[in-house]
Amino acid sequence: MRTLAITLAAGLATLCWTSAIAADQADQIIRGQYQAVLGDCAGCHTRPGGKPLAGGLPLETPFGALVPPNITPDSETGIGNWSEADFRNMMKTGIGHNGVRLYPAMPYPAYTRMTEQDISDLWAYLTTVEPVSNKVEANQLPFPLNIRLSMWGWNLLNFSETAFTPDPSKPAEWNRGAYIVQGPGHCGTCHTPKSFLGADKDSVFLQGASLQGWFAPDITNNTQSGLGKWSEDDLIQYLKTGVNAHSIASGPMAEAVENSTSKMTDADLKAVAVYLKSLGSDTGNAQPAKPDQARMVTGEAIYRDNCSACHGGDGAGAGALFPALVNNSIIAQGNTETLARLVLAGSQAVHTQHARTTPAMPSLAWRLNDQEVADVLTYVRNSWGNAAPAVSSGEVAAVRKELTQ
Amino acid sequence: MTRILPRKDVVIVGLGWTGAILANELTDQGLDVLAVERGPWRDTATDFNIGYAQDELRYSIRRDLFLQPVVETMTMRNDPSQTALPMRDFGSFLPGNGVGGAGVHWNGHTWRFWDSDFKTKTNLTNKYGAARIADLQVEDWGVTGADMEPYYDQFEYLAGISGKAGNIKGQLQEGGNPFEDPRARDYPNPPMQMTYAPTLFAEAGRSMGLHPFPTPSANMSRAYTNPLGITLGQCTFCGFCERFGCANYSKSSAQTTVLPVLMKKANFEVRTDSEVLHVDLASGGKSARGVTYIDSSGEEYFQPADLVLLCAYGLHNVRLMMLSGIGKIYDPNSGEGTVGRNYCYQTNAGVQVFFDDKNFNPFIAAGALGQTIDDFNGDAFDHGGLDFVGGAGINCIPTNGRPIGTRPTLPGTPKWGSAWKKATVEGYKSTLSFSSQGSSYATRANYLDLDPTYKDRFGRPLMRMTFDFPDNDVRMSNYLCDRMEEIAKKLGGKQYAVGRRKKGWDSVPYQSTHNTGGAIMGTDPKRSAVNVFLQSWDVPNVFVIGASAFPQNAGKNPTGTVGALAFRAADAIRNQYLRNPGAPLVQA
Repeated sequence: MRTLAITLAAGLATLCWTSAIAADQADQIIRGQYQAVLGDCAGCHTRPGGKPLAGGLPLETPFGALVPPNITPDSETGIGNWSEADFRNMMKTGIGHNGVRLYPAMPYPAYTRMTEQDISDLWAYLTTVEPVSNKVEANQLPFPLNIRLSMWGWNLLNFSETAFTPDPSKPAEWNRGAYIVQGPGHCGTCHTPKSFLGADKDSVFLQGASLQGWFAPDITNNTQSGLGKWSEDDLIQYLKTGVNAHSIASGPMAEAVENSTSKMTDADLKAVAVYLKSLGSDTGNAQPAKPDQARMVTGEAIYRDNCSACHGGDGAGAGALFPALVNNSIIAQGNTETLARLVLAGSQAVHTQHARTTPAMPSLAWRLNDQEVADVLTYVRNSWGNAAPAVSSGEVAAVRKELTQ
Repeated sequence: MTRILPRKDVVIVGLGWTGAILANELTDQGLDVLAVERGPWRDTATDFNIGYAQDELRYSIRRDLFLQPVVETMTMRNDPSQTALPMRDFGSFLPGNGVGGAGVHWNGHTWRFWDSDFKTKTNLTNKYGAARIADLQVEDWGVTGADMEPYYDQFEYLAGISGKAGNIKGQLQEGGNPFEDPRARDYPNPPMQMTYAPTLFAEAGRSMGLHPFPTPSANMSRAYTNPLGITLGQCTFCGFCERFGCANYSKSSAQTTVLPVLMKKANFEVRTDSEVLHVDLASGGKSARGVTYIDSSGEEYFQPADLVLLCAYGLHNVRLMMLSGIGKIYDPNSGEGTVGRNYCYQTNAGVQVFFDDKNFNPFIAAGALGQTIDDFNGDAFDHGGLDFVGGAGINCIPTNGRPIGTRPTLPGTPKWGSAWKKATVEGYKSTLSFSSQGSSYATRANYLDLDPTYKDRFGRPLMRMTFDFPDNDVRMSNYLCDRMEEIAKKLGGKQYAVGRRKKGWDSVPYQSTHNTGGAIMGTDPKRSAVNVFLQSWDVPNVFVIGASAFPQNAGKNPTGTVGALAFRAADAIRNQYLRNPGAPLVQA
């Protein structure tokens, strides 16, 4: 009955708005649609090939599976019964309609920094999405984590409602970038290392973290492991198209580029680049020990036979088609999960308006054993100016095991 | 029990070169397009994995990517007096299968036919008199070279062809083919870097006053981004093109030039492993209602559609028309009927030159990396004092040095044993080969129809191919062999061998997958199955796109012309047919 009343009220309101108010309302909805791009709502809440925002694929967390719910305005299975205040509270505090506590796979620890206006705009947009009836059982965690009240304790330890605080000593562009990265863009959700409780470790903000079988690399300005060798333009091009001279987005970042960063405004991408390039320093970057020469010789032979036809004898790659292995931020990460995964399972590049080829790396798991993968990766990580610790066969074996499970 | 599916604007049979081009054009037009593909889905990294793509035994000898005869074969005979028997294995030609079709495993020679090729009948009659072609059944295409130019251009830029123009807007270009028709602009990519054998061949030809030029190639001479925004990589000269998928994104195919964009479109869908059994016609047989297909689990479906495009391999287009009752099947006795008429092939011959002191490194190669001499092709030379019409391109295109298949030996060498082994060691690096790719002109008795005896796994009659090399074409090929011998002598070497074309087409040894005709285009519905836009004369909401439309074959590989015809048909559908759907674009 309450739903009906709201629907009627909304219908009545629509009829009664003057055109000026309608135009204002439309502007708000359009702004909210852009907030949904910044926040990449579709990345989690839309299943591939499914109706927009009607529920996504399960997220495999270290604690168990969580399924992103239906956030269309369907009153039975979506958020049609929510009020704007419910939504605002959920984004700010992780507590939704009827006091239900969310798990931080929903990145409210980042969204809490969003402005009231942006959240209100986003809500305005979400009310206009096509309602879809699709019941999602979001919580598939094992006992006792499946008791949502457990998040009361988690929040107490790990979370406080926060507003984004601009740094008045920095330019507006930097602050805009910081806001997007820390707030709606929730970059840290993937790129910031987590504590054993799954909370962001703020001291190592954006320095790289493992998730869903991929290693989300260091995206600070660190020269060795981060984006230090990338220019602002490199970074903007990567976020806008999924491809630049150093790398091609794949895995979960391909989805983030496709659904979110490729649709951001040029000004926002510039702001993000300015901010990320200001983070981190090179202090404490000890040059890694040179790997064993015998492994380099073996690795080079494997590289020539398996990799050089596409990536080139000099690791220079070929433009938008085959990523360069020189100055590619994936190569020198401390964690080699992504590297091993790319060789074993292969990967397909992102498709964006500006990069439509979607070239793919083939799987070589059937051809190279763990030691051979480790050797060739060790070679690549220490050639053409790259320098990173040697890779062990055990690291590769762990990824292979995960892939075959 | 046939399941009825929701209707589509367009259903396309086969997702190879033509299906992909048509699907991309018509989805751009906003139509809802479904492609039904008999074979599997195939993509570069997953199916042409760099680690095994160059497996000669699997792909070349065991023909992993090709159509298997158990799925569909045909019967063959040389003349109507014989009883045709089924080909239990494909040999002479190798039809494709799966997404990308034969465009996956081609070499990449990409030609334009000439204005004189499109006017074969008129041109030859005017020049040499009707009596000269009395034993042939050649036809005009109903289009001119100028009509086709923009569509060739579209295909060449889609596919990133590497080559050197010979004639831009009437201005001859140094280093290109002086015999080609005027083109609006040069190829999108420069010619490939030449290897040693074609370089020597070109030098010999030039010294004889001939006009060698780089063969137009769908192997990339450099990285290239096509008008759809899809990037191809530079060819690595690995020498695994024909019979193989390219692992390096370096050979144009539907996969490397169209599908990355097409597959992302919401108004496009492909159903693979689904074989179209026939096109369903409305009562009266004047319009198509859709297609019936069967999936790999044996489930049968009726797919309603407003427009049906036959984009399978040319031979299979013809058979589907016959099985569906689209047009009347050709009868060589009465000369009536059009479907199956003017089946043609390619009339090839080859020369090997053996050296002692040369090393050609044959493994540094690509499918279309070489040099061509067109001085004796088509209308480039006067046939006044000759006893044939037609001609051939002479091609020195050493496509590969693969260890199983490439074993040139001196004539007289045993076929096995230690003497053979020794000879292959001696011959492998030091043999230069070139060949003539000759025209194939139609005769009354070379044709396709349905076999009266043999059936496929669904109980449908197999197609019957009745073909032998016409006397005219054998004389043409002999003349070309004489010209090739002159080049062989000029090249020097210790010995040469000529493989001449003889009567009695044999379906066993590989010759060429350039089967043309059977549903030819033209201006007269009594002598052609489709009009000049490839629209069926009999069922106007069916278009039949492919080499099946060639009235006869020129001395060139067909793919460039197939691609151009696909773009032309797409243009006609977008800009003419859709204004008045279901109506003929040309009044009979």
